[in-house]
Amino acid sequence: MADISTLNTTVAGFDAVSSRLASGPSGRKPRRMLSTRNIVLYGTLTVAALYYLLPLYVMVVTSLKGMPEVRLGNIFSPPLEITFEPWVKAWAQACTGLNCDGLSRGFWNSVRILVPSVVVSIAVASVSGYALANWRFKGAELFFSILIIGAFIPYQVMIYPIVIVLRELGIYGTLTGLVIVHTIFGMPILTLLFRNYFASLPVELFKAARIDGAGFWQIYFRIMLPMSLPIFVVAMILQVTGIWNDFLFGVVFTRPDTYPMTVQLNNIVNSVQGVKEYNVNMAATLLTGAVPLIVYFLSGRLFVRGIAAGAVKG
Amino acid sequence: MHNIVSIGKQSSVSIRDLSLSFGSVTVLENLNLDIRDGEFLVLLGSSGCGKSTLLNCIAGLLEPTEGQIFIKDRNVTWEEPKDRGIGMVFQSYALYPQMTVEKNLSFGLQVAKVPKDEIDRRVARAAGILQIEPLLKRKPAELSGGQRQRVAIGRALVRDVDVFLFDEPLSNLDAKLRSELRVEIKRLHQSLENTMIYVTHDQIEALTLADRIAIMKSGVIQQLDDPVIIYNRPKNRFVAGFIGSPSMNFLTGELVEEGGRVLFRTNNVSFSLDGYDASEPLRAGRKVILGVRPEHIKVDGDIQGGEVHEAVVDIEEPMGADNLLWLKHAGHTMSVRIGGARRYAVGTKVRLAFDMTMASLFDAETEDRI
Repeated sequence: MADISTLNTTVAGFDAVSSRLASGPSGRKPRRMLSTRNIVLYGTLTVAALYYLLPLYVMVVTSLKGMPEVRLGNIFSPPLEITFEPWVKAWAQACTGLNCDGLSRGFWNSVRILVPSVVVSIAVASVSGYALANWRFKGAELFFSILIIGAFIPYQVMIYPIVIVLRELGIYGTLTGLVIVHTIFGMPILTLLFRNYFASLPVELFKAARIDGAGFWQIYFRIMLPMSLPIFVVAMILQVTGIWNDFLFGVVFTRPDTYPMTVQLNNIVNSVQGVKEYNVNMAATLLTGAVPLIVYFLSGRLFVRGIAAGAVKG
Repeated sequence: MHNIVSIGKQSSVSIRDLSLSFGSVTVLENLNLDIRDGEFLVLLGSSGCGKSTLLNCIAGLLEPTEGQIFIKDRNVTWEEPKDRGIGMVFQSYALYPQMTVEKNLSFGLQVAKVPKDEIDRRVARAAGILQIEPLLKRKPAELSGGQRQRVAIGRALVRDVDVFLFDEPLSNLDAKLRSELRVEIKRLHQSLENTMIYVTHDQIEALTLADRIAIMKSGVIQQLDDPVIIYNRPKNRFVAGFIGSPSMNFLTGELVEEGGRVLFRTNNVSFSLDGYDASEPLRAGRKVILGVRPEHIKVDGDIQGGEVHEAVVDIEEPMGADNLLWLKHAGHTMSVRIGGARRYAVGTKVRLAFDMTMASLFDAETEDRI
């Protein structure tokens, strides 16, 4: 194959490339690392990151100090002597009202509120969203409008009526009552979320399943559910953080021995008797914030994917 | 699969006075249609003409506001889709993404609680017919567009149905695959002999596949006929303009009488109508539209006698096998199809002869064929 003529053309081609290299820019443009653009960009990012991390640093450092060291007032200095005493005290011994068994009581109360509230609200909202998106029934539009309006009514307006309703039902002050309240208040936003997600799935899939003879529940469990993991993760994160961080409903609808963790934390931190134990307060706050943090770290990537999926297709 | 008592060409799907409206918008109005047993019927029209709506009504995915639907002489107007004896293939394939090809094919049978060995037998048969055996263990995401549509056809096939419904099944494929699958669908129809109803906006698909074409516009069937008749004897101006690419040439003018003969006159140029097969006597003074397809105008060497006109080449579009000339004549621009080897420079004067045996004449007001 390599006769003289092809050889000549290859050489000519090579010459052309080298002459172009010598004559001017070619290929990817080189960039300097230390440009003004990079300095401004990374500088801003670093400052913003420090700004958000500093309070967390102070909290962690303080929670690891003994009270004598805290009284010195150097809030930024690392602990001279690391102690886990404040963490133990916050978890097991801190007093709120009559109880002196620390945050552990509130933690377990919160878990008992969280698990059923999240499971029930997501189960109900996903089925409602699916029905609204795929099964056009009479009054669907009206139902949906009412639900959306529900999302915009301030909670404060509804608190007193709900107290009366729960009292009449005989579950005021119980965890059951609070679970029902959380489930209902999660409904508008979750139903909207699920409806939009299911509406973004190709409607032809639903039609194909109907021709295949699948009914309401078969389509939901066998076609829709397996395609919807991202949106379920989004809903779960929204509900876990929302319900765990809730203070208002917790303080209104429960009694001291059934207070959720947030209410108990407030009572520890704001207690007016005795010395302010900053190290214990910091440890208690970190303990309370741990659950949402862990959920974020474990499912953050799925969360972003779920949000993005909804955003792109919605 | 076939009804044993079926007597030749009995009707397979019948639609009686079907109307459908969404709120105040009427999509279908008083539509009647009879589809013969084993027929390949194509519903053709531009988007929004109601052809997909009609198909969804037949499938049972949309409820008609009024009217009845019969499949195999059974009134199925209120039946669930699964009980109608239909299989459907969608434009976007609509394969269940989390299931393998095998599961996709067998899902409907599982729902219907068909015994396991029967399911296996039917899946194997469908996979054999469509040559997708090697793909059975794959997920839809791992398939190409053509393979996906084959699986979608398979899903209709395993259901052992009387009527196949296709909703623009080839529109998402590239041109080469589209023509390949078109041939395969035709072959499938020839071997299965099922009734097939096929919705498309592509006139090539319609002309190549159909036993009969129903051309729809704003929810009304304009013409239901054999493809050749639709092409050569369109019932009205809409059908004439919709079918054929490039479109039929339309000249607006009127009928005049000269020396005892009725001629067509536009912009002071007269055209002899000799050979035109009119369905009613042509009367002078009537405003009409003359329609001639690009291939029914002969140029220079192709002319074999008859009336000759002169025109000027405006634009030339070589298309390989054919060469398309856009000519200026009598104040109109018209397209003429000639052999690909014959080239003309812009501005050249050419001689034309119109083949009136293949032309169409429409009333200017009603736009119906005369």
